[in-house]
Amino acid sequence: MSRRPYLNFSYFPGCSMATTATEANESIKKAAKVLGFNLMELEDWNCCGSSSAQTMCKNLSLGMAARNLSLAPPGWPLVAMCPRCLHYLRSAQECLRASPEAHHALEDHWGRPIPLDLEIVHFMEVLVRHGTDRLKKNLKRSLQGVKFVPYYGCTLFRPPRMQKEKYFQGEMENLLKMLGAEPVPDAYAYRCCGSFLSATDPEVVTPLVNEIIDSAVAARANCIVTACAMCQLNLEIRCTSKVRLPVFHFSEVLALALGAEDYEEWWPRHIVDPRPLLEELKLVA
Amino acid sequence: MSQPKLQEKSREFPAVEISGMNRALAADIRKRSGTQFQRCFQCQTCANGCPFVQAMDYPPNVIMRMLQYGMEQEVLRCSTIWICVGCHTCSSQCPMGIDIAAVMDSLRLKAVEAGAPIAKPNILDFHEEVLRSLERYGRAHKLSIMWRYKMQTGRWFSDLDVGLKMLARRKLELRPSRVKNIGEITELFKCYWRESK
Repeated sequence: MSRRPYLNFSYFPGCSMATTATEANESIKKAAKVLGFNLMELEDWNCCGSSSAQTMCKNLSLGMAARNLSLAPPGWPLVAMCPRCLHYLRSAQECLRASPEAHHALEDHWGRPIPLDLEIVHFMEVLVRHGTDRLKKNLKRSLQGVKFVPYYGCTLFRPPRMQKEKYFQGEMENLLKMLGAEPVPDAYAYRCCGSFLSATDPEVVTPLVNEIIDSAVAARANCIVTACAMCQLNLEIRCTSKVRLPVFHFSEVLALALGAEDYEEWWPRHIVDPRPLLEELKLVA
Repeated sequence: MSQPKLQEKSREFPAVEISGMNRALAADIRKRSGTQFQRCFQCQTCANGCPFVQAMDYPPNVIMRMLQYGMEQEVLRCSTIWICVGCHTCSSQCPMGIDIAAVMDSLRLKAVEAGAPIAKPNILDFHEEVLRSLERYGRAHKLSIMWRYKMQTGRWFSDLDVGLKMLARRKLELRPSRVKNIGEITELFKCYWRESK
């Protein structure tokens, strides 16, 4: 591992990972370090615009996402973990490619170049591309006994403007299988978590979230692993079912398998405490 | 057109008067969304797959038909366009390859621009509070968004338990995470429709 060269990436955490889901942020950094990926946080990044800017004003949405692109150091791929951030960053780049006028106007405005060939990738793509042998080599705790429902979240599973985006279906299963975990099919792994309706109309979201969790319980999974921090939050806070399952961030289980030791700080931030499960599986002391 | 009740399994719609329809609307939405919704032949795959259809006043396929008819008032005033979160289940399942979520996206924007009455004002309020947070900090600060949203909607005690749980788990940060060069962010908000009024 020490002789292996570090691969450089700039890293866009996004608002959720930086605040409500710091446990996801910490664990992704930990996992990246072990795997030899140097994630340099984008200096002074701002919100990607989110669905709110997208709903209210296209120019605002473009400007918010594009500013981040203007901050990215050249030559390093830009890595995001939040599927929605990834989507808005990629959409902005595509929009600027299609409109040289807007591209030049924004470049002039900020006095910084906005490279149109900047590669914008999801962390899972980085793992698939460079990580498989690194994963096997750095496996410290086998995830044996972890029976997970892979929950990608809509944006990763069904990319908007489908022909133009990459699909990730199956990758989470492949990666976590390598680390000893067992994917559980036959659950509502692809149903939407409710997104912002969880804040505005929780009574609509609760029955849907319950169906997702109940289906995972019925399929005999012992946890859900999600790639999206918003999904993670919604699945935890909106579930009112009697039997509940821990909902992990993908980066948490990854870092755990790679031998991270600071996990004690992650679990108290979960609404459904994952410690009983992890102790039962002897994954943590 | 009267609003059908929610949670009804089978819905009956009154006859539609299609004189006085707005043909320009269909062309406009086609251009904005970049998708060919005139291909829709009412197979209702979208309505069957949509996780939120029970909360909508019209299922997505009815929106497509109303658009084809040019029923501007109905499509801009319906709750469907606001309930849609863009999960793309419909778009990925449509046998005619219509990006239905993109149509909803375009209609939402059009409704805001046209100043149409908003069927789900609480959702619009929420988006506005998110934008206020972005304008101020450059990043979303969930605690102030939810605080101000509750002030707007007056639903103080709904969800209090969840809010407290999140606070206890330190999932609602007290202090916002901020962009240093906030000037660059505030400038971006000049184009925002609220400001240009």
